[in-house]
Amino acid sequence: MSAGGAARTTPVVEVEDVRKTYRSGTIEFEALRGIDMRINQGEYVAVIGPSGSGKSTLMNILGCLDVPTEGRYLLGGEDVSRMSEAELAHARNRRIGFVFQQFNLLPSLPAWRNVELPLVYAGVARADRRARAVRALERVGLGDRVNNRPGELSGGQQQRVAVARALVGEPDIILADEPTGNLDSASTTAVLELLDELHASGRTIVLITHEHDVAERAGRSLVIRDGLLADELVAS
Amino acid sequence: MSWAETLRAGLEAIRAHRLRSVLTMLGIVIGISSVILTVGLGQGAQDQVRKQIDALGSNLLIVSPGSTTSSTGMRGGFGSASTLTLQDAAAIGDSDVVPDAAAVAPTTTSSVSLVAGETNWTTSLVGTTTSWVDVRARELSSGRFFTAAEVEQAARVVVLGPDTVAELFSGPTSPVGQTVTIDGTPLTVIGVLSSSGASGSGQTEDDQAVVPLGTAKQLTGSASSSVSTIYVEASAADTLSAAYQEVNALLLNLHGVEAAEADFTIATQDSLVETANATNETLTVLLAGIAAISLLVGGIGVMNIMLVSVTERIREIGLRKALGATPTVIRRQFLVEASLLGLAGGVIGVLIGIAGAQVLPGLIGQPVSISLVATLGAIGTALALGIGFGVYPASRAARLTPIDALRSE
Ligand SMILES: Nc1ncnc2c1ncn2[C@@H]1O[C@H](COP(=O)(O)OP(=O)(O)OP(=O)(O)O)[C@@H](O)[C@H]1O
Ligand SMILES: [Mg+2]
Repeated sequence: MSAGGAARTTPVVEVEDVRKTYRSGTIEFEALRGIDMRINQGEYVAVIGPSGSGKSTLMNILGCLDVPTEGRYLLGGEDVSRMSEAELAHARNRRIGFVFQQFNLLPSLPAWRNVELPLVYAGVARADRRARAVRALERVGLGDRVNNRPGELSGGQQQRVAVARALVGEPDIILADEPTGNLDSASTTAVLELLDELHASGRTIVLITHEHDVAERAGRSLVIRDGLLADELVAS
Repeated sequence: MSWAETLRAGLEAIRAHRLRSVLTMLGIVIGISSVILTVGLGQGAQDQVRKQIDALGSNLLIVSPGSTTSSTGMRGGFGSASTLTLQDAAAIGDSDVVPDAAAVAPTTTSSVSLVAGETNWTTSLVGTTTSWVDVRARELSSGRFFTAAEVEQAARVVVLGPDTVAELFSGPTSPVGQTVTIDGTPLTVIGVLSSSGASGSGQTEDDQAVVPLGTAKQLTGSASSSVSTIYVEASAADTLSAAYQEVNALLLNLHGVEAAEADFTIATQDSLVETANATNETLTVLLAGIAAISLLVGGIGVMNIMLVSVTERIREIGLRKALGATPTVIRRQFLVEASLLGLAGGVIGVLIGIAGAQVLPGLIGQPVSISLVATLGAIGTALALGIGFGVYPASRAARLTPIDALRSE
């Protein structure tokens, strides 16, 4: 992260003509057909578009979970396609916090142990990890649920645990793929307010959704249709 | 992620899937405990043989009739008259001819029925000379052994083994001075042998009646001068082979035969141990082979369960990778888990093997000796199995791309 007034204009994500072709047997499907985009430090960007338009495909590439078939992706100025598996793992660990639609918590671990996972792989000492995990859980309003397993939490609470896990390592970007897709309206509001708060405290957020009212909270919305960037809406 | 951290995670995963872990270990446990037991049984049998043969005496040559070199099998052996005679024994006893022999004990053996009062007991009757007690390194717990004069006169005296005494006489009073009869001939008990200390099942060292050679001949109605065994004690351990050569040359000469046609066999204690061990070893190798196969099956069991575990935890692996776990970390996690299972299986297997070694001798009457080397080897093998068969599942887990792993259901 760069310091001072330049912070708001430093690109964290630079995508140039990224294409993604899925192959299953002889059938090929081009899910992304040349995307160019740039996300600056501290921005709150929503990616919207109809089902099947390639939103999740894009998010997987942005999160280094998948590699583009063609094109260039610079994460924090570094070319992802040049990275080894271990370096990619490192990049995910340090730069990206994920919030998935299906929460993706480990059911056998209590909340704080789920939250500390990114710190485990970052090599943080054990004692520190617990303290930081508990602080992250307090931040999402679950200070009293630290020792509960996911099975003992509501869907909204589980997603807040996932948000705590995404922010605990203080990553450059938080990537959220339909984080409210499985939640009722009250929990949706709670999670979205959390993201607002994180944005207000300077974090870069990329939110994928197909609901326009959810997207309205973002400073900028990128509309994807059929694997292409169709429109860009900037909030007034 | 440090090794300590990985170890803790491995232990956690094992604890979280207790039943699965136990089933995984079962194969290893069975394999290791059977290896420990079979090797222990073989070792125990060898130790027992060694002890029995050592108990025969020391620096001993055992001359028996019949040949083992002849292609026609034992010559003049069982059934026919013995080719060894008292004259052979006397010649060996001549210190000019066989200077390296310290003592000679010609011996006949037959089966007789002893009667003491109302009790009768069938045992082996050993007819021999006074040197027998020294050559065979036996001691007496009470009374005395017979004298040269008694051997000369074929006196009606007998020295009994401790087990024979226990069968014939009840109560704690010493049988010395009492009378036993063989085929109506009364014999005075003059002494009782101490236990040889090596009697296992089916051993007669502690159950025998020892009488002067002439007495035995009279009792069995044999007029010939043949004997069934001649025990020769060499003067020292390093003259044993010289004594062997001398006795061999003497007997070939006396019997007028070539070495290739020898009608007698001379065994040393070492050669007896070797022969016995050769048989035991074959059995041990066979059993250990079976045990090794079960170990292999156990190892494949570990691999199988680890593979299932990888499949079961595919989403977990995907998530961990998404959160920053490198392939190395994932691989290590599965390897550590597999080797922990192997190690635990090995330790439990060894414990069961040791417990079995305590119980088994009581059930089958065979001694089982557990060696430290075999135990450490078994644990090492189990660990190696865990690692060896864990490698493939671990590398499969590590190779999964995060998105494919996360998406799978
Ligand atoms: N692994 C895959 N193999 C083949 N085709 C795929 C694969 N993953 C996605 N696709 C296809 O790529 C297209 C884009 O999928 P993607 O998941 O990115 O859509 P989305 O915009 O996230 O949709 P939704 O809003 O329903 O989640 C879809 O047509 C989908 O069928
Ligand atoms: Mg999607």
